[in-house]
Amino acid sequence: MTAPGNSATEIWPLWEVFVRSSRGLSHVHVGSLHAPDETLAVRNARDLYTRRGEGVSVWVVPADAITTSDPDAKGAFFESPSGKNYRHASYYSKSEGVKHL
Amino acid sequence: MSATDQTFSAGEADAHGHASVDVTTLDAELIERADVATSDVAEYATWLGDDSLVLGQRLGELVSRAPELEEDVALGNIALDLIGHARSLLHYAGSATGQSEDDLAYWRGEPEFRSLHLMEQPNGDFAHIIARQFVTAHYLFELYSRLRASADETLAAIASKAVKEVDYHRDHSVQWVLRLSLGTDESRRRMLAALSDVWPYVDELFRDEPIIDRLEGVAVRPSTLRAAFDAAIAPVLVEAELEVPQGFTASGGGRRGVHSEHLAFLLAELQVLTRAHPGATW
Amino acid sequence: MTIPAGPYAASTQSAPVTEPELSPEEQQFNDLIAADSRIEPRDWMPEAYRKSLVRQISQHAHSEIIGMQPESNWITRAPSLKRKAILIAKVQDEAGHGLYLYSAAQTLGTSRDDMTDALIAGKARYSSIFNYPTPTWADMGSIGWLVDGAAICNQVPLCRASYGPYGRAMVRICKEESFHQRQGFEILLELMQGTEAQRQMAQESVNRWYWPALMMFGPPDDDSPNSAQSMKWKIKRHSNDELRQRFVNMLVPQAAVLGVTLPDPDLRWNDETQMYDLGEIDWTEFHEVLAGRGPANAQRLQRRRDAHDEGRWVREAAAAYAVKIAARKKNASAADSKDLAS
Repeated sequence: MTAPGNSATEIWPLWEVFVRSSRGLSHVHVGSLHAPDETLAVRNARDLYTRRGEGVSVWVVPADAITTSDPDAKGAFFESPSGKNYRHASYYSKSEGVKHL
Repeated sequence: MSATDQTFSAGEADAHGHASVDVTTLDAELIERADVATSDVAEYATWLGDDSLVLGQRLGELVSRAPELEEDVALGNIALDLIGHARSLLHYAGSATGQSEDDLAYWRGEPEFRSLHLMEQPNGDFAHIIARQFVTAHYLFELYSRLRASADETLAAIASKAVKEVDYHRDHSVQWVLRLSLGTDESRRRMLAALSDVWPYVDELFRDEPIIDRLEGVAVRPSTLRAAFDAAIAPVLVEAELEVPQGFTASGGGRRGVHSEHLAFLLAELQVLTRAHPGATW
Repeated sequence: MTIPAGPYAASTQSAPVTEPELSPEEQQFNDLIAADSRIEPRDWMPEAYRKSLVRQISQHAHSEIIGMQPESNWITRAPSLKRKAILIAKVQDEAGHGLYLYSAAQTLGTSRDDMTDALIAGKARYSSIFNYPTPTWADMGSIGWLVDGAAICNQVPLCRASYGPYGRAMVRICKEESFHQRQGFEILLELMQGTEAQRQMAQESVNRWYWPALMMFGPPDDDSPNSAQSMKWKIKRHSNDELRQRFVNMLVPQAAVLGVTLPDPDLRWNDETQMYDLGEIDWTEFHEVLAGRGPANAQRLQRRRDAHDEGRWVREAAAAYAVKIAARKKNASAADSKDLAS
């Protein structure tokens, strides 16, 4: 299933844009734009999404290259972690107060 | 809940939405130093400042008219960079006579402008805009690259900032020269026409004037930029399957205040409001 | 400048939501709205919610794009190089805001080409305020102070709109918008502290923009067909009249700082309500401009259409080039793998 919003009829395809706001942080999705190819997409992303110095690095990805989880199966897809509290550190209450744990 | 709520809760509370203004460290707007230019240096700074001002004004005409919205933003960025360069350069030029950047931009007449004819050429279609950008950005890149080593520290500082920006303008123009020349039959036809319309004005960029002899080590001798310019554009032209147009050379004369018919109209528009209110500040 | 399209929308009536027999996904949608959570692009949503959002977001985007024109009108004539730079940056921001919003609208399954086509065919609405001309430099001040000011009042609550991409776009926009209002205020302040001619220019401009700015909040609450449903869905958070009142309460002290007079003889402080009482708004003008009989409707659309039409060969060229380069790359990599195989 591809990302929403992409349309095969448009003359310039849609690109999703991710910006790393500073070193040490992940790239974060900021929006999308249109561009004829990846070269101009990355330049347009620079002009559009970093006018105020918001980024040190930009990724562009064709919107139709993104695969997403199936939203209709949402409940089931993300159900498994619930009930597995032992994955969380806070589950282990007896060790509370012991230093360096 | 989200960053949204945190950011704007204060605004909602004051019943207006005083969208929290991010606290940012503001960079200097102009390259501004205490130095006072000598009259020769001021003249040279006026050359470069007028080039940027006139070209920036031309690109400013385009805002909201670009072929695609993304390109509107890109051309806007280039115009802003050029206006920024013009301000720093004219500010410095004005220091010789106690005038401000605006005194020079708004209160000089056409014969006092020192810009090159290429800068004042009307926009034309997108291919013409790109052809003009292609030439000017490569020229300015070579110029500022060398001017960084100027013995005049203010000029060197201005050039150091400007060179990074025109490097991007250069890349922008190259991307579009490739796309227009290799895109469709129509775009190629337009690109070829634009290039041959622009080329008569290229020669003037590299002409020396007597003042250059007096500014050894301070100014960049225009004629010395030609080889680097030709070398930089050659591979792009090859990739774009274009050739340097053969044709006539315009007489030029911008550095001596002799201009084409276009500059007077450009200045009339640029200066109309300011001149209607002598002594006013804005 | 930016304007939320919401109150203007009023073109299609949203279907009434029926209560009983909720499907599981509809139940989930309602639960998310009730919990003040966000709806995201691939979530199930009622068709009317989707339609309402597409209408509002695309109108908002169109307003940004058309809104570039009244100000770009003064870029070449800006009275100082600093003002010229500020104005270019501002108009450029508006293109950016339009793009953020088109991008949000696209997540609802509508294409930008479709939205653009609707705009230049004159079928889509945008904020009527941009159909007013900008004959003087002071209008750059009034647009920033009054028009962007009104827009911000509308937009800050939209940052919490229930549709995720819309809210996120609005957060970005609001952050950038505060610069717009301030620069407008400062243009007027500079004029009011200037020559007599400059002061007159400022006052005359405020006189022209004040009422249209108040109309930006849309018709009175009892005459705003889409508002109730939009508030229920938490797309909209406050009523038109509520926001309009907030705006005026904020404006009066600012006008005092500027030294301009707001052109409403009935405007006065009400001790009982602790708010300003406003004079009657002339809604016939609002409806005239909305119906396309404003001063600059035709001109604005034509400019947009011209830019779009004149840009077509450029967009086609870039698309054709992209195809050629992709083919070239494909051939090259095919040749490479052949080399490896042999």
